[in-house]
Amino acid sequence: MSFDNAYFSVGFLDRLSYQDTFVHRLDARAKVIITAAFLLAVISFPKYEVSAILPFSLLPVLLMTLGDIPAGFVLRKILLVSPFAILVGIFNPVLDRAAALEVLGLTISAGWVSFFSIMVKFTLSISAALLLVATTSFPGICNALQRLGVPGIFTTQLVFLYRYMFVLMEEAMRIVRARDMRSFGQRGRGVRVFVRLVGMLFIRTMSRAERIYNAMLSRGFVRGDIPQLGQHRFALIDLVFMIVALGLLVLFRMVPVTGLIGQYVRGVFAG
Amino acid sequence: MHMADALLSPSVGATFWAASLGAIGFASRRLRERLDERLVPLMGVLAAFVFASQMINFTIPGTGSSGHLGGGLLLAVVLGPYAGFIAMASVLSVQALFFADGGLLALGCNIWNLGAYSCFIAYPLIYRPIAGRAPGKRRIFVASIVSAVAALQMGAFSVVLETLFSGRSELPFGTFLMFMQPVHLAIGIVEGIVTAGVVGYVSHARPEIIDGASGQSAPGAGVSVRNLIAVFLLLAAVTGGGLSWFASENPDGLEWSIERVYGRPDLPEQQGAASALKNIQEKTALLPDYGFRETPGGQASVEAGRTLSGIAGAAIVLGLVLALGLGIRALRDRGGRRA
Repeated sequence: MSFDNAYFSVGFLDRLSYQDTFVHRLDARAKVIITAAFLLAVISFPKYEVSAILPFSLLPVLLMTLGDIPAGFVLRKILLVSPFAILVGIFNPVLDRAAALEVLGLTISAGWVSFFSIMVKFTLSISAALLLVATTSFPGICNALQRLGVPGIFTTQLVFLYRYMFVLMEEAMRIVRARDMRSFGQRGRGVRVFVRLVGMLFIRTMSRAERIYNAMLSRGFVRGDIPQLGQHRFALIDLVFMIVALGLLVLFRMVPVTGLIGQYVRGVFAG
Repeated sequence: MHMADALLSPSVGATFWAASLGAIGFASRRLRERLDERLVPLMGVLAAFVFASQMINFTIPGTGSSGHLGGGLLLAVVLGPYAGFIAMASVLSVQALFFADGGLLALGCNIWNLGAYSCFIAYPLIYRPIAGRAPGKRRIFVASIVSAVAALQMGAFSVVLETLFSGRSELPFGTFLMFMQPVHLAIGIVEGIVTAGVVGYVSHARPEIIDGASGQSAPGAGVSVRNLIAVFLLLAAVTGGGLSWFASENPDGLEWSIERVYGRPDLPEQQGAASALKNIQEKTALLPDYGFRETPGGQASVEAGRTLSGIAGAAIVLGLVLALGLGIRALRDRGGRRA
C-alpha cells in the first residue's frame, strides 16, 4: 500500500465515522458487543462449512447501507489485505484432495471447500471490523471499551495514538517526499539513510510529546485520565438493536437457513 | 506476519485474547502503581511515531525488497517493558481496525505474538543484560539484533502453533514451520539493525532520552523476575485450559494435529460430551464436517440432493442480501433527493 493511499484511507474512514445516520447514532457499546458476537459466530463454523455462513452477510450489508458507507471502499480494503489469508489457505486444495461434492458432474475436493470457507470467513470478519470503525467515531469506541472494563491507561493510549497518528503521518509523508526528490532509483533508500530519517523523526516526536504534556497540564490533566465531557446514554433503541442483532446471530448460527431455503425452493420446483 | 481471523478457531482466538488482555491489565496495574503523568502523552505520541515510521520504507541490503520497522523492541527500549507493551498493543489495535491487518479476533494473537515477546522476554531478559548500564554503539547493536531475532522467532513460532491448533489450514506443521522461521530470521536481523541504528542515532544526538528511559529512574523499567514467572505460569494455565477445552469441543482439529505431528491419525473412539456435540454438529451443519473426512481418497459420501439445495440456497441468500442492500440504498437516494 503506498503511503498516500494509506493516509487517505485512514482519513476517509475517520470522515465516514462522523456521519449522522441511524447506525452512527447507536451507542458505541452496542456496536462493539455486536461486532464481537458476530466475529465469534462466524469464526466458530467448522472448516468445511460454506453455505450456512452466507446469511451472516446480512449484517454487514445492513450496516453498510443504513450507515451510508460506500461498498466499493470496503471491498477495496478487503482485497488489499487478502494476501496472507490466501497464502495460507491456498495450500488446502493442494493438500486435502478428498472428494467432497459433485456439482453438475464436476468433483470439488474438500480442500477447495475449506479454502472457500476461509475466504468467506475472512471477508465477513474484515468487513465487520471496518464497518465498526466506519460507523463509530474512534474516541467513541475507546470510551465504550473503557466502560466495558478495558483498563483506562490502554484506552487513553489509543485515543492519543489516534489523535497524533495523522500529525505524524503527515510529517513522515513530507520526509518521504523530500527523500524521493533528492534520490534517483535505489539511491538514498538504504538502511543508513532510513535510520537517520527515523531517528530525526523520533527526536522531533519526543519534543512534541513534551509540548503536548505541558499543554495538557494547563488544561486540567490529572491522574493520567482525559476528562470526559458529555454523557453517553444507553437508550431503548440501542437495547432493541442489540436484541434483534443478537437474535439474528443466534438464529443464523443454530439453523442452517441457507439449506432450508434451498430445500424449500427445490420442493417448489419439484412439486 | 499478522495472524488472520479466518485461520483461527474461536477457542484459540479467545485464549490469546484472554492472554493479551491479561497482559494489558497486568502492565496497566504496574504502570498505575507509580504513574509518571508525562508517560501518558509520551506513550501515545511514540505509538503514533511507530505508525508513521512504518510508512517510510527502506531497501533491504542484498535483496532489493523493501522493509519497514516493526517497533516492538524500540518501544520497549525507550519506554520500558510495561509502557512499551501498552503502546505496541495500541499500535496493533489501530492497525487491525483501520488497516484491517489481521482482524479483530486475531488481534489477541497479534498483540501476543508481536508485543509480549519483545517487551516481556526479549527486552528484560536479553536486551538489558547485553546492553548493560551505559551501552556503547557496539553493545546496542549486538543487544538489538539478538533480542529482535529472538522476539521474532518466538512470534513466528506462535503463529505456526495458533494456525495448527485452529485446524483451519491444511498446511503441515513441519512445512509451515520451515517456511516461517527462516523468513522471520531475516526479518529479525533487519529489525535488529534498524532498531540499533535508531537507538544509536538518538543516544548520540539526545543522550538524555535513552538514558532516562532505560535507567533505573524510568517508570516501569526493570521487570522483577518473580513477577514475570508468576505471569507466565498464569498464562500457561490459561492457555492449557483454553486448549483442552478446544480439544474436547472440536475432536476433528485434535485429530488433525495429532496426524500432522505424529504422522498417524490414531485417535481413540470419541465418547460422552464430545460425541454428543459431534452429533449436534452433524445435524445442524449442512455439509457435515466429517461426511467426506472419513472417506480418504474415496467417493463423496454426501448426498447429491443436499449439496444441490445447499448451493441453490447459497445463491438465493446472497441474492436476497444484495437486493436488500441495493433496495435500501435506492430508497434512501430517492428520499434524499426529495428532501
